[in-house]
Amino acid sequence: MDFDLTEEQRLLRDSVDRLLADHYAFDKRRAYLAEPEGWSRAMWSRYAELGLLGLPFDERHGGFGGGGIELMLVMEAFGRALVLEPYLATIVLAGTALRLAGSDAQQAALLPGVADGKLLLAFAHGEAQARYDLSDVLTTARPKADGWVLDGAKSVVAHGDSADRLIVSARTGGERNDEGGITLFLVDAQANGVARRAYALRDGTRAAEISLSGVEIGADAVLGTVGGGFSVIERVVEAGIAAVAAEAVGAMETMQAMTLEYLKTRQQFGKPIGQNQALQHRATEMFVSLEQGRSLAMLAAMMVDEPDAAERARNLAMAKIGVGQAARFVSQNAVQLHGGIGMTEEYAVGHYFRRVMVIEHSLGDTAHHLSRLAQTAG
Amino acid sequence: MDLSLSPDESAFRDEVRGFIRDQLPDEIGERMRSGHSARKADIVAWQRILNKKGWAAYSWPEEWGGPGWSAVQRMIFLEEIQGAPAPEVNPFNITMLGPVLIQFGSPEQKARFLPRAANLDDWWCQGFSEPGAGSDLAALKTAARREGDEYVVNGQKIWTSTAHQADWCFVLVRTDPHAAKRQEGISFVLIDMKTPGITVRPIVSIDGSHHLNEVFFDEVRVPVAMRIGEENKGWDVAKFLLGNERTGIARLGKSKERVKFAKEKAREMRAHGRPLSEDHEFRRRIAQLETELKSLEITQLRVLSAQKAGEGRQDPLTAVLKLKGTELLQATTELAMDVGGPLSMPDWADELEALSNEPELGPVWATEATRSYLFLRAASIYGGTNEIMKNIVSKAVLGL
Repeated sequence: MDFDLTEEQRLLRDSVDRLLADHYAFDKRRAYLAEPEGWSRAMWSRYAELGLLGLPFDERHGGFGGGGIELMLVMEAFGRALVLEPYLATIVLAGTALRLAGSDAQQAALLPGVADGKLLLAFAHGEAQARYDLSDVLTTARPKADGWVLDGAKSVVAHGDSADRLIVSARTGGERNDEGGITLFLVDAQANGVARRAYALRDGTRAAEISLSGVEIGADAVLGTVGGGFSVIERVVEAGIAAVAAEAVGAMETMQAMTLEYLKTRQQFGKPIGQNQALQHRATEMFVSLEQGRSLAMLAAMMVDEPDAAERARNLAMAKIGVGQAARFVSQNAVQLHGGIGMTEEYAVGHYFRRVMVIEHSLGDTAHHLSRLAQTAG
Repeated sequence: MDLSLSPDESAFRDEVRGFIRDQLPDEIGERMRSGHSARKADIVAWQRILNKKGWAAYSWPEEWGGPGWSAVQRMIFLEEIQGAPAPEVNPFNITMLGPVLIQFGSPEQKARFLPRAANLDDWWCQGFSEPGAGSDLAALKTAARREGDEYVVNGQKIWTSTAHQADWCFVLVRTDPHAAKRQEGISFVLIDMKTPGITVRPIVSIDGSHHLNEVFFDEVRVPVAMRIGEENKGWDVAKFLLGNERTGIARLGKSKERVKFAKEKAREMRAHGRPLSEDHEFRRRIAQLETELKSLEITQLRVLSAQKAGEGRQDPLTAVLKLKGTELLQATTELAMDVGGPLSMPDWADELEALSNEPELGPVWATEATRSYLFLRAASIYGGTNEIMKNIVSKAVLGL
């Protein structure tokens, strides 16, 4: 048992922090947000140069073979700086699907491009009626000669607007909520029949509603086995949970630091407001929440590659619950303790607040995972 | 980063678990499993069994009769004891006085008191709090005036747990009422509870039990040789004592045991025509608590890992262990009580003690779960209230 970072891991963390310190001050971030896609292609290239875009992939495919801890370090740093680029969508979600289910040929064809920063992906799984039920898939894939025809609609696909390729889940068998009969497909985002409507989420990151009408794809577009997509989807969501848990911890760190700074400098009644015991205790409770959340983000990073599926699922559900609750407490109190300035669009704390709010509602919210955990808790 | 125990640590866990299974007397084990708190005789008997194995003074170095365990081994030991559940070793002897003697005691004091403390030949209690000195401990007034080779002690202590069962008491007394700072006039002395002039009066707490006492000192004569450390430097000793043992501060084993207990009993209780254990609201509450316990378990491992890496400075995370640990201990005892439903209300303790031939009124576990809930409301008060802890964290950790 140890919680020490290796020398390489420390270097990784430091180099990401340095890159973001140089290029991701809050006003620069504001400029990236104003770009057409809502994020910076220039930053994406810098991540590629630093090796971040190949981090979890096999070295054969231009990657670095990083695991859960490496991803945690990157996502924490991204959370601290409130990074806008489609790292979660491309590298973590779609990347995990490709890494776990892709054939050698598929990985060889796509991953080097991803690692270079030339190819963007999105994980188009969620549907409007499904809420957070991973097996609730209505999109269909009908077999045809040499391939498949996709019909359906995907909802709130993170960075689905920028993606070059989509990983789409569709039913090749079974009924609406069956775990069996779901298949993953690689779909060109420009294919005939794919329509995307882009919009911003509450935190400024982009997403898309994607409709698929008679989209024709080849037999080689199947990712993994026909009908066996569900277990891959679970792994993708678990990888995503581990990543956003770390990102939320990074965001909480910044909110906590900003709040402490404000408590020490803001004067009212002739003294810093941080001398008031009510605020001191609240700040201490935020510290406790942040550290408890960090513990669970660490747990998620260490459990994300655990071979025992039930144990892995249970721990990642706990991480999503605990980090979500901690983030809600820390973010709400960060705004509260800032008072009026915390409510403004101009000030950074509200942006962090909205990022952790979006994180809490993605990949299954607190209530969803508590309910799942409760099923086996008696 | 890695969560798994090393093969040696796993083997150690198995060894501790096996020892408790084989050596804990059945009668004591049965009482503990049904939710009773340990009786004095149980604690003494079990601590002596542990001491024979060399484990009673689990946090002491080998030189002084401890096993010389690592922080991880100490954590494993405590979790196994609390989880069994078996009686915990007397904390006044082992986690409070022992390390103080090892750090500050003279060779004579160590030789005389350490082996007896480990074997529970002497039962120690702690004379710190006074009516006017609770959270503000340095306001203490109990006076010790020097007369030759003796101190003459006058004053009053309060909230003295187990004073009525104790052989000795370690006491903070004021030896210099004129010191420039309040903290500078205090000494740490060991007082034999049989000394003339000591009166112990019981305080019954809200759980209906007698743990707490007032202790009055009236011209009590204490040899100067019973002082630990220098005269007027007792505050340093007290600070060492209060900041010393952090491994067990979260009491995770106890909280986990309460959840396990609640789950077991929930299978016996029924709600809406089904076992309570199948009730979704109940399960959700378990899920919430288990999430928080898991988080604290990782936080505790982080503290241990930092200790192992030799980071000597006080780890700010120990405050999380104390604050969250006591909250969870209270939340889990609350859960165990709530499982009883209407059975949580009756106080059957006296009826059960009477050992009459009448059939039992109801399950003893429910009445004991409520008692445990009531008793552990003190967990966020004793050893420094959680509010004082938050004051300390906000200044020492957050810089406010």
